[in-house]
Amino acid sequence: MNALVGATRKLKGVDVAITNLTKIYQTRDGNDLRALDPVSIAITPGQFVAIVGPSGCGKSTLLSLVAGISPRTSGTILIDGQEVRRPHPKVGVVFQTDLLLYWRTVIDNILLPIEIKGWDRTRYTARADDLLAQVGLGGFAQKFPSELSGGMRQRVAICRALVQEPGLLLMDEPFGALDALTREQMISDLQTMWLSVKNTVMFITHSIEEAVFLADRVLVMSPRPGRIDIDLHIQIERPRSWKSRLESKFVEYMTQIHEIFEARGVLTNS
Amino acid sequence: MTHTEISDQKHQERRQRRKRRNVRLLVESLAAPTVAIIVLALWQFGVPLLGLSAFILPTPLQIVERIGTDYRLLLNNTLVTLVETLAGFAIAAVGGVITAFAIFYSRLFERAVYPLLVAMQTIPKVALAPLLVLYLGYDFAPKCFLAFLLAYFPVVIATVVGLKALDKGMVDLVRSMGANEWQTFIKIRLPAALPNIFGGLKVAVSLAVIGAVIGEYVAAERGLGYLQLQASSQFDTTLSFASLIIIAAIGVVTFWAIELVERRAVFQREAAK
Ligand SMILES: Nc1ncnc2c1ncn2[C@@H]1O[C@H](COP(=O)(O)OP(=O)(O)O)[C@@H](O)[C@H]1O
Ligand SMILES: [Mg+2]
Repeated sequence: MNALVGATRKLKGVDVAITNLTKIYQTRDGNDLRALDPVSIAITPGQFVAIVGPSGCGKSTLLSLVAGISPRTSGTILIDGQEVRRPHPKVGVVFQTDLLLYWRTVIDNILLPIEIKGWDRTRYTARADDLLAQVGLGGFAQKFPSELSGGMRQRVAICRALVQEPGLLLMDEPFGALDALTREQMISDLQTMWLSVKNTVMFITHSIEEAVFLADRVLVMSPRPGRIDIDLHIQIERPRSWKSRLESKFVEYMTQIHEIFEARGVLTNS
Repeated sequence: MTHTEISDQKHQERRQRRKRRNVRLLVESLAAPTVAIIVLALWQFGVPLLGLSAFILPTPLQIVERIGTDYRLLLNNTLVTLVETLAGFAIAAVGGVITAFAIFYSRLFERAVYPLLVAMQTIPKVALAPLLVLYLGYDFAPKCFLAFLLAYFPVVIATVVGLKALDKGMVDLVRSMGANEWQTFIKIRLPAALPNIFGGLKVAVSLAVIGAVIGEYVAAERGLGYLQLQASSQFDTTLSFASLIIIAAIGVVTFWAIELVERRAVFQREAAK
């Protein structure tokens, strides 16, 4: 499945400024659960930022706060200088599971955000078709999700997040549920896609390799309560291919992240 | 092999596969009628063999014959029962779905009403029939009410369960697109709950028939329940059976009708496979 480039026009990436963000959950037994320790991140427009961290460290929490779907405990989140109080119209989200509506066709799933925002459906149908072609699903507009494989479904979910031309794309372990081979293809296709639109991306993953391969910057989170442990700028030329993984720089970055996880006791050497 | 030979072979394979599937579908669709015919045949020929008179157990043909001769009487009473059933069911369907929405959206309402509903469910509603006659009279109202009473609860439960079963991720998804609660309801919650709601409606309509007929057993001057009771008291077992069969037919037909609506309104998960 080779992705065609160029069908989609460049998007204007937004800048994201997160300062001293915390989140405390009230658990069922009435205790407080600190999911995020003060977290501060500044992302410039058009940057691809990957966030890696152990399971339960607060990655999804961070994402849902930025998406404006869950209230923060303290701190500020600014998107293009605007405080996030509700979901920002320039933000698209891709979740770990595709969350396609089984009673809607592929095209109707992709146009869901357009319907909800009350925008002109016909204007965006062409764009939706372009996106589908770009992810190699040209003839699939009228199919139902149950007719697609897991990888295809997640591609549709990505189209759905991109149809509204988001300045910020949030992705929460989007390839976590896919098999290794599909995943590899998706990572490569995501890079191609992103290079053609160049918006701001916050990409959450628990895969060190995925993070280094995709990102301009990798933020490593500590175990819960999550903090940003290290901020790594990845200077490997794009487009990156599987061969990039063999470069000494690639290996160095991975080693650095591994060592942090070992130091935190997330990974142990036995 | 040349290209055309390969495609020829493929064609043939496909044709064979289709043929095999058609045979299977035919066998499947004939299964229920075959069983029915066997049972009816046993009944038809078993009755004279056992020396039973029509007064004890009429044969299927006798019953069919009776439906033919008394069709006017039966039709009039069928209409009465049908109207009672449908009225009770309609009120239960609308009221049940609305109640379920209220339970889903209001914690207070859920706390206040849900336990009462469950408690009410444990009352044998049939035992209420004599009281209903006292309060609502002998006519249409108590039958309709009894049909409603039996049909209401399954609709409420099925709808609440359907609404609550929604994946929270779905809600987060549309929220992230900026959906308000009304949009969330229309785009996600309601369509996702529809299969459950229709499941509840199908159970409910069968119960509504039972409610109406029981209402007629207790006190009535019309309706299939009344007719059946009259026939039994006059030892007219054949007419009693004829009424019974039509009561069952009402249940089947209304069930089918709902299934028909369901097929148009609800996306079938299997259909796309
Ligand atoms: N709605 C919630 N209520 C209470 N605790 C929660 C809730 N959501 C997440 N948590 C807790 O917050 C912590 C961080 O969760 P999450 O952000 O999902 O982690 P991650 O995505 O990094 O695996 C976990 O310990 C989790 O149990
Ligand atoms: Mg998570």
